Amino acid sequence: MFEATDLNLQNRRAEKLVQAVFLLMTVLLILPVAVILGTLIYKGGSIISIDFLFTDPTDGMTAGGIFPALFGTVWLVAVALIVSVPLGVAAAIYLSEYAPDNWFTRIINLCIINLAGVPSIVHALFGVGAFVLFFGFGTSILAASLTLAIMTLPVVIVASRESLQAVPMAFREACWNMGATRWQTIRRVVLPNSVSGILTGVILEVSRTTGETAPIMFTGAAFFLPFLPQGVFDQTMALSLHLFVISTQVPGVPEELPYGVALVLIAMVLLMNSLSIAFRVYLRGKKKW
Amino acid sequence: MNDAGATVTGTRIAPQTAIRDYKLEVRDLAVSYAGKAALEGVDFGVKANEIFGIIGPANAGKTSFLKALNRMDMFDSSMRVDGQVFFNGRDIHQLRNVYALRRRIGVVFPLPVGLPLTVYDNVAFAPRLAGVKDKAELDVIVERCLQRAALWEEVKDRLDSLGSLLSGGQQQRLTIARALSQDPELLMLDEFSIAVDPVTTMRIEEVLKELRQEITIILVTNLVQQARRLADRTAFFLDGSCVEVAETEALFTGEVADQRTRAYVEGRFG
Repeated sequence: MFEATDLNLQNRRAEKLVQAVFLLMTVLLILPVAVILGTLIYKGGSIISIDFLFTDPTDGMTAGGIFPALFGTVWLVAVALIVSVPLGVAAAIYLSEYAPDNWFTRIINLCIINLAGVPSIVHALFGVGAFVLFFGFGTSILAASLTLAIMTLPVVIVASRESLQAVPMAFREACWNMGATRWQTIRRVVLPNSVSGILTGVILEVSRTTGETAPIMFTGAAFFLPFLPQGVFDQTMALSLHLFVISTQVPGVPEELPYGVALVLIAMVLLMNSLSIAFRVYLRGKKKW
Repeated sequence: MNDAGATVTGTRIAPQTAIRDYKLEVRDLAVSYAGKAALEGVDFGVKANEIFGIIGPANAGKTSFLKALNRMDMFDSSMRVDGQVFFNGRDIHQLRNVYALRRRIGVVFPLPVGLPLTVYDNVAFAPRLAGVKDKAELDVIVERCLQRAALWEEVKDRLDSLGSLLSGGQQQRLTIARALSQDPELLMLDEFSIAVDPVTTMRIEEVLKELRQEITIILVTNLVQQARRLADRTAFFLDGSCVEVAETEALFTGEVADQRTRAYVEGRFG
């Protein structure tokens, strides 16, 4: 009664084959990541030290540390966040909570999708035109961060809108029926329950911003600066550009230096991502409904 | 089928003033979503301090009716309401402050909605919206409303726990307590017993009987017997229109104008 027919056997063989192929694909995907990390640690790990992180580059950037670049990257990301988070969250709140379903809203949504698809070098040129020249910020942290902010805005908007929309409609209706305005409902019920998702989106954005090179190259990041930036209207060094420079533009750089810089850069990104994952896991544990 | 004779003409020249003994009066009310009619030609009044039942099968327009009374069309761009609704003699479509209207009308939904706030904050929500800040005053309101909703004894030691994590029956009583915290003049219940066990249903029904002394209640129910137990008068909705309105007992003793009502009440369809 339960003997396997030829068809059964055939199906079982196909099943095993398919599973094996999918497993192979997955492993192939992990491979580059493992190789990148492994190479970086193997070749650049030896140079990493507290001194490396906190001293200036010396000897025409062929020796010394990376402090100005690290410092500059933190500056750039921070200013970009200060601009993009309030803007992005406000837009997400509008789109999720206020926008009627009409042509205007559809156009806005289309714009957001398209904005996400614009290549970073185009953002860079836009940044030069708009912030460096038109607004007259010059090549500065402000111009570079604004360019980064605009580039990452779609990510913030989409992540925020999704976490706002994850709050059940029934909660909003209950509040409205009690005579709450939309804003009272958002402030007391919707936002408190989506802030975690928004934060996750923000952290992901940070990790993306950290590694961007093209948008800051023409707008505010410098090849080399002998001093730290004093404010948002100064230029600054940045890790990503520094890596590009010492890999391609400066002769006589010892091999482990670019590997070390890349390792620091990727460590920053991975740290952010792990933070966001840990955060999500923590929140999953304390669901409210 | 109703006594607001002025609407017989079916035109918009109906008088602008409401009949005085009605707490709520509806004239030629129609609700549609994106051009698709959900409810049409509803005409009746609800007296102060009565329990007014609305029965009818699914898709009869019962929930749309409640949404129209609370001006929920403001939050749904596809929803359109025509006709007139008078609450306390005022046309609700002419009101400047619809938020004040909604505060006077408490709503309980088919599925319990405990807001993801503490039990205390759930019940204090509406009073806080109304500007009550004093902790002692809020304490009194919260306790009174939970008492009236027959929930106080079960939650008095855990007012700090999340309202959205109470059991279904408790959440439904929490929803009722929250509706009462608005100090409403009109309480609208939409099939409140759908997600509630029979014992809790009976307890809530007892609560409603007591509340009748103070407020007006519209009870939408798909349980014909529940309408019979509670409602003074009952309307029968079918396929987006109000078939008839009558004294509840009349519906059950066969004195109905429309054979469809009798068929529904006797359980022959729906």
